[in-house]
Amino acid sequence: MAEYKGVMIHCEVAEGKLAAIATELLGCGRKLADDLGQELYAALVGNKLSDLAQEAITFGADKVYVIDDPLLKDYQTDSYAPVMEKLIKQVMPQIFLLGQTSIGRDLAPRLAFKLDTIATMDCVELAIDSDSKRLLQTKPVFGGNAQAIFINESDTQVATVRTKAMSPLEPDSSRQGESITIDAGIDSSAIRTKVLEQVPEAVEGIKLEDAKVVVSGGRGIGSADGFKQLEELAKILKGAVGATRPPCDNGWVPAGLQVGLTGKIISPDLYIAVALSGASQHMTGSSGAKTIVAINKDAEANIFREARFGIVGDWKKVLPAFTDKVKELLVE
Amino acid sequence: MNMIVCVKQVIDPEAPPASFKIDPSANKVVTPPSVPPVISPFDEHAVEAALRIKDVQGGKITILSLGTNLLREVVKRPLAMGADELILLEDDAFAESDSWSTAYALAMAIKKIGEYDLIFCGRQAADWDAGQVGSGIAEILGLPSITVAKKIDVTDGKARVERVTADGYEVIEVLLPALITISNELGEPRYPKITGIMAAKKKEPIIWKPADIGADASQIGTAGKRIKLFKLFQPIHEGKCEIIDGESPEDAAANLALKLREAKIL
Repeated sequence: MAEYKGVMIHCEVAEGKLAAIATELLGCGRKLADDLGQELYAALVGNKLSDLAQEAITFGADKVYVIDDPLLKDYQTDSYAPVMEKLIKQVMPQIFLLGQTSIGRDLAPRLAFKLDTIATMDCVELAIDSDSKRLLQTKPVFGGNAQAIFINESDTQVATVRTKAMSPLEPDSSRQGESITIDAGIDSSAIRTKVLEQVPEAVEGIKLEDAKVVVSGGRGIGSADGFKQLEELAKILKGAVGATRPPCDNGWVPAGLQVGLTGKIISPDLYIAVALSGASQHMTGSSGAKTIVAINKDAEANIFREARFGIVGDWKKVLPAFTDKVKELLVE
Repeated sequence: MNMIVCVKQVIDPEAPPASFKIDPSANKVVTPPSVPPVISPFDEHAVEAALRIKDVQGGKITILSLGTNLLREVVKRPLAMGADELILLEDDAFAESDSWSTAYALAMAIKKIGEYDLIFCGRQAADWDAGQVGSGIAEILGLPSITVAKKIDVTDGKARVERVTADGYEVIEVLLPALITISNELGEPRYPKITGIMAAKKKEPIIWKPADIGADASQIGTAGKRIKLFKLFQPIHEGKCEIIDGESPEDAAANLALKLREAKIL
């Protein structure tokens, strides 16, 4: 019976290039493959993929499997899952990694069940156990209150990886690798969904995930109006505004501003947390921040266990004065 | 419209983080004694999604829950919100499940229920955050699935679903029957009315054991697990917060700005 070998990465494509998550996964996968003494494969699935195979090789892949088909242009469960299942059953990698992204969250579970197993979702750490050689899959659980390490004793071991948790290799254009084209072989009659439209949420200014400074508000802000003060501070600091879940659920800010376990994962240099308690589900999205500053009127709030500096006080009094002083200091 | 909603009883995720404790030697969470369990929040959103469809076109909502030590006032909450019947998969054989053995048991129960147009699940449970049972049920039953939905409209045997994406949302049409997992962007679940709570008190849940759903013993509970929990731990917390003071909140605010400037953060 053939052996399972190799680490395979699902490489997402964004704006005609490998998505950042794909390069991060290749970086992580390279290390795992080296630890196992095995090869790193990239699975490039989509449409009009041209020379992305070469890009995957410069980021660490030894072999790139290219599945290019018009029916794969937009992600759909019913097209991607059978295609990935077929590829994995053909190549038999020991490990298959995807990003914890809009695609990965949907594809990984469906694919894993097709492979008679389950995935470990939202991993923040991956390593090869030196004794068993199995993949140690570490992920946050209980909303981020704890971390769990899982092991799958059967192959293919499937996991999704949190964005920004891993680092890409330095791209090396001298790296050699092989590109293999695979026919998608999709049965279009088996696709039971239709994507009618994509509706982007208008984001003004800097994207939350890219901002070096983020000013976030929680339930204590109380209204959409309240968030205008955070916007002012964010603007002065050339940053972005974020929020916990309650302001989004209440419609005070767009849902895309939610930072947390099921929202955006961010790692700014400075994170200013205003009137938010610091619940684990939120902190797990913002704990990548270099410095956390908290303003909250509750001295017992969890945020003070996470922040480096803080003021116990009413944000309505503290924030305007803080903003004014910051303005003053930045002019100097 | 026949709808099934899967719900899970979990430790209250809103309990203060300081009350969360692990027994590292047993790789288990210590159930906080004074914090009652709740329905996992995204599952409440799933109940709300079904209720909104029932509001518009009528139908029957069956709540399905797998677990052990299920508190009746917790698992009956969806009935109080307006669902019609409650089926519990309650048996020690279902204990210590992972996503596989949970999805398998729920799928077998759904097969026994028989008639359905839509199955709703929360996008992930607030305890293990695994985020797979919904998709797993759909795979076992051979149904189309759509994950992280925030709006569903049903007409003519099709559902029009708005699915949350990183940059906004996409609109997907799916043929019924289908399984849809729900995210909080759907909007606040309704509070049960007093009349709903009183009516739910009188409804008895139907209880199914593994034999009732024809479950293969090797696929449920611990026996059916595909993944092993190697370690459960709480990362060490080193944080020490410097609280900035002042004669007034405004004074403290100015001091904070100066402090950040001094630390070269601003």
